[in-house]
Amino acid sequence: MPLGAAEGGVVTTRLHIDWTRCDGHGSCAELLPELLGLDDFGFPVVRFAERDPAIPRRDEEAARHAVRSCPVMALRLYEPG
Amino acid sequence: MNETLWALGRGTGLVALVMFTIALALGIASRSGRPLPGLGRFGISDLHRTASLTGVGLVAVHLTSLLFDPFAQLRVVDFVLPFFASYRPLWLGLGTLAVDTLAVVTVVSLLRQRLGPRVFRTVHWATYALWPIALLHALGSGTDAGTEWFRGLTAACVVAVVAAVGWRLTPSYAGRGWARHPRRTG
Repeated sequence: MPLGAAEGGVVTTRLHIDWTRCDGHGSCAELLPELLGLDDFGFPVVRFAERDPAIPRRDEEAARHAVRSCPVMALRLYEPG
Repeated sequence: MNETLWALGRGTGLVALVMFTIALALGIASRSGRPLPGLGRFGISDLHRTASLTGVGLVAVHLTSLLFDPFAQLRVVDFVLPFFASYRPLWLGLGTLAVDTLAVVTVVSLLRQRLGPRVFRTVHWATYALWPIALLHALGSGTDAGTEWFRGLTAACVVAVVAAVGWRLTPSYAGRGWARHPRRTG
């Protein structure tokens, strides 16, 4: 089971990156280091093979912080379903 | 009580200018895409927002205290429509203009997730006009504008913004911007 995957039955928040907006500022990777890395050009890379990674409960505050801090508003949190 | 309102009005105005200087300098710095030592990337945007909102709060106190201040003799209309005040209408009007601009910029910034980056960025460009207008208002309307410390403080504000612009224009981008270069080699 990948790091941060949902526990059974709990609705998890997922992080969506709008790649048409992302400009590689990199503040999201600073706030969510376990979830996101940076590629050579400064764009975030999801560390495990999920397009919209599930946010572990302990990272929810940091994820909301990342959404607020993104200078180009490329991040969004959502709950699937 | 009157002295208190008067002092509060002057003090909050000047500290608001300092807050907006910090906000503008950090905004220009973060636009360059480089992290600041000790602040990182998200730290810049956090401090930018905190300084801006603190400035907004101080401007609210600035307006409220001067509205009730018997020396200033301001009317509510002077807070909305620029250049109609009876005393030094030009300098006061610049302050009114700054308040109007600040109100729009603040509302759009708080609603930026709904309005989207294009509206947000277009409106946020107004801050480049807002800061010089507020600075001129401080120098023109400020009761203490003739004193050494006031001049020193406003000069420091100008230096901070000029330094941020200079840093922004130096070419060593940290791997972002129009021409992209890998951060690491090999």
